[in-house]
Amino acid sequence: MSLLPRVVLLIGLAVAVLSPARAQADTVDQAFSGLASSSYDKIEKAVETLAASGHPTAEMVLRALEGGNLFVREADKVIVYKTQDGKVLDGRTGAAITGDTADGLKPVRVNNRIRRAVTAALGSLTLLSPRPDARRAAAEAVFKGRDPTALPHLEAALAKEKVAGVRRVMEQARAATLLATDAPEAAKLAAIAVIAGRADLDARALLSSLGKDVPPAVAKAAAAAVAEIDGRLAVWNTAQSVYYGISLGSVLLLAAIGLAITFGVMGVINMAHGEMVMLGAYTTFVVQETIRNAAPGLFDYSLTIAVPLAFLVAAAVGILIERTVIRFLYGRPLETLLATWGLSLVLQQGVRTLFGPTNREVGTPAWMSGAFELGGLTLTYNRLTIIIFAAVVLALLMLITRFTPFGLRMRAVTQNRPMAASMGIRTPWLDSLTFGLGSGIAGIAGVALSQIDNVSPNLGQSYIIDSFMVVVFGGVGNLWGTLVAALTLGVANKLLEPFAGAVLGKIFILVFIILFIQKRPRGLFALKGRAAET
Amino acid sequence: MAGWRPGFTQLLGDRGGLVLLAVLAGAAVLVPMLNLLLPPTSPFHVPTYVVSLLGKYLTYALLALSVDLVWGFCGILSLGHGAFFALGGYAMGMYLMRQIGTRGVYGHPVLPDFMVFLNWKELPWYWHGFDDFAFAAVMVVLVPGLLAFLFGWFAFRSRVTGVYLSIITQAMTFALMLAFFRNNMGFGGNNGLTDFKDLLGFNLQADGTRAAFFAASAVALSSAYALCRMIVNSRFGKVLVAIRDAESRARFLGYRVESYKLVVFTLSAVMAGVAGALYVPQVGIINPSEFSPANSIEIVIWVAVGGRGSLYGAVLGAVLVNYLKSYFTGALPDAWLFVLGGLFIAVTLFLPKGIVGTMPALVSMRRWKGFDAAAARLARLLRGGGTTQL
Repeated sequence: MSLLPRVVLLIGLAVAVLSPARAQADTVDQAFSGLASSSYDKIEKAVETLAASGHPTAEMVLRALEGGNLFVREADKVIVYKTQDGKVLDGRTGAAITGDTADGLKPVRVNNRIRRAVTAALGSLTLLSPRPDARRAAAEAVFKGRDPTALPHLEAALAKEKVAGVRRVMEQARAATLLATDAPEAAKLAAIAVIAGRADLDARALLSSLGKDVPPAVAKAAAAAVAEIDGRLAVWNTAQSVYYGISLGSVLLLAAIGLAITFGVMGVINMAHGEMVMLGAYTTFVVQETIRNAAPGLFDYSLTIAVPLAFLVAAAVGILIERTVIRFLYGRPLETLLATWGLSLVLQQGVRTLFGPTNREVGTPAWMSGAFELGGLTLTYNRLTIIIFAAVVLALLMLITRFTPFGLRMRAVTQNRPMAASMGIRTPWLDSLTFGLGSGIAGIAGVALSQIDNVSPNLGQSYIIDSFMVVVFGGVGNLWGTLVAALTLGVANKLLEPFAGAVLGKIFILVFIILFIQKRPRGLFALKGRAAET
Repeated sequence: MAGWRPGFTQLLGDRGGLVLLAVLAGAAVLVPMLNLLLPPTSPFHVPTYVVSLLGKYLTYALLALSVDLVWGFCGILSLGHGAFFALGGYAMGMYLMRQIGTRGVYGHPVLPDFMVFLNWKELPWYWHGFDDFAFAAVMVVLVPGLLAFLFGWFAFRSRVTGVYLSIITQAMTFALMLAFFRNNMGFGGNNGLTDFKDLLGFNLQADGTRAAFFAASAVALSSAYALCRMIVNSRFGKVLVAIRDAESRARFLGYRVESYKLVVFTLSAVMAGVAGALYVPQVGIINPSEFSPANSIEIVIWVAVGGRGSLYGAVLGAVLVNYLKSYFTGALPDAWLFVLGGLFIAVTLFLPKGIVGTMPALVSMRRWKGFDAAAARLARLLRGGGTTQL
């Protein structure tokens, strides 16, 4: 092969590859020159070609035409459009035109026929938008609007569509519009099947509003599809409730787990436990304030910084309380209850005096805001983070009790205090550390709760009764019991809510626990053996 | 816990009770007289608001007495007695609401204002009968009594004791609070019942009615005290104390512990209900916050401050703490929770027997160590001994 034929072949290949682009550029040129003409026919044709071209500025140009902001520059027949803020942009490139532009601009001619063409073109144009989410949104709009004139555009868009998710929405939109036309029965039945696959409230509304003048087979298929959708929606709703329940359960778990330690190991009824949670939440507030003032760039890490600090603050206060008040009251649980209640009042009022009685603003880092869809579920990131966080805290705590010397001693004291003491474990020290650990975990819970609840001096009060319910329900001195109890109560609460309402649901739960305690006075997972007798 | 009391405390107990009854009788006569008979300009005149305030203290004292009966003598620490108090109050409040008649804002002949506001068409079934005072009075006793009976029936039979019992009584009052906060429960929701006009035809705002309520509260408190004293001094009361100090032992001796507990718990709830019924007309409002667990815990601290297990200590504690509360919430509102919280801590740490439990010890200590010497020095001083240092 000689050189020349090869070159010719290469050029031929290049032309073959480039020609669609070349051809598109040609049609865009034609469209813009058509817009500049004074013939309505040519302008209408230009609108359609422009819409079909998928040119980047096509949408802006058409919108400008719709709003009467599209102009022809007399001198060189260039199409320009004005934006809201008065800038003048080149229609072809979207580049700003500088200099004196007020002269020689003539509006592009419009009549009713062209306005209709523009409206239809805009609808189809977004279906052809280069951005998938815009295409999806346009298809959703067609689905809801069900305008039969959009059908051809939809077909055209479907032919080009490559993204599976968007394609599905477009098919559903086509099916929805088909139902509004007088298409043959078989096509309508197929359309109903497609819409039924969507299984959301929109699909249900559409199918149940078909009216009476449809063939009986179609009506029957629609009714069946509605029933199917109802079934699936019910499943998704239950799943969503369960998710909310798990989320509530993890909050309860965080709030109760520290209590489970102090109550379980030391038999101390710490009514000031809620205030440890509150201290943790206020620590988060202080950390965020400091970051806002000193280093705003660190804001996304504020919670990560707050967690250890909240642990330290709450643990320090806890140890202080244990050393000054609680250690004098061991073996007198009712007195401990009263004294710690007094402590909780003092702590509340102290925080109220320091920070004021109103709610404090605790921000959410960017990575925790927002949500994502999973099937029919909406999962918010902050709830998800709290669920994961609760699981991590529980796991850590279990590791500590299971595998560290401190945990070993703690379990020994839980099971038999005098025996542990005679084996050389310094129980007073251990009590202090355990109380500090329980309080510190409450402080960590406060960091999490600051994201979903109001940070006010009363924050702790609203959780203390729930926490006690969880601990008592789960069985004292058993972390698994606390986990099961927290999740059970959370999920049961949220599952009851749709039927009974939030307040009544909670009352049911409380009554259930009161009755449950009668049946099993030591909770779900009671400690067995001698430990239970004390 | 405390074991058997030494003889002289028992003696003082009786004496303290007599003092209390005498004070109450005197107050029941004197305070209304000073209020009604003296002109407002007189320095000895007792203003009407003070009469109502004192009346309120007396109803609190009755409530504290009921808690002392179960806690001090039977070891049942109820953190839900506020619920019985509030239920009695609501029963009385319902009667007072029905007495408003057409004088409400909407002027509806049957329905209370809040029901008209909620667009209700007819009276709920549980409101029927409350236009009759006798019926309402029966309900004041019956509703708290029945709730306590049912609650105790379940709780004591399954041997729920100690802190577990405390926690579920707290859950009970919390659940009731949530329930009464609901508008469609038919108890006025958030706002509760208020705007009362009259009782048995007497205007609630009139000085005479207020004085009568004070006297009635004093009489109720005295009779309840006498009743409690009789109970705790009886054989039944001795068994209660035995249960408090060693429940298993009492059970092994053949006493049906749960029955004793049930009787005393129900009786105590009835007393709390009566206290609530006397409280509502004097305060003029009853709302769901009376059910809040914090209120019930506060009652316990009245008893603890006064001294549990002495009956009159509960009365003393209730009046004292509530006087402090009135004083601080007026003079230093921010400090009140510090004081109340501090009281909880200080009393449990330093005064486990409360004021009346600690007093005899102080008295005897002074008698043995300092009192005689001080008296001798005082005598010398009075005689003109001159330079002796006090």
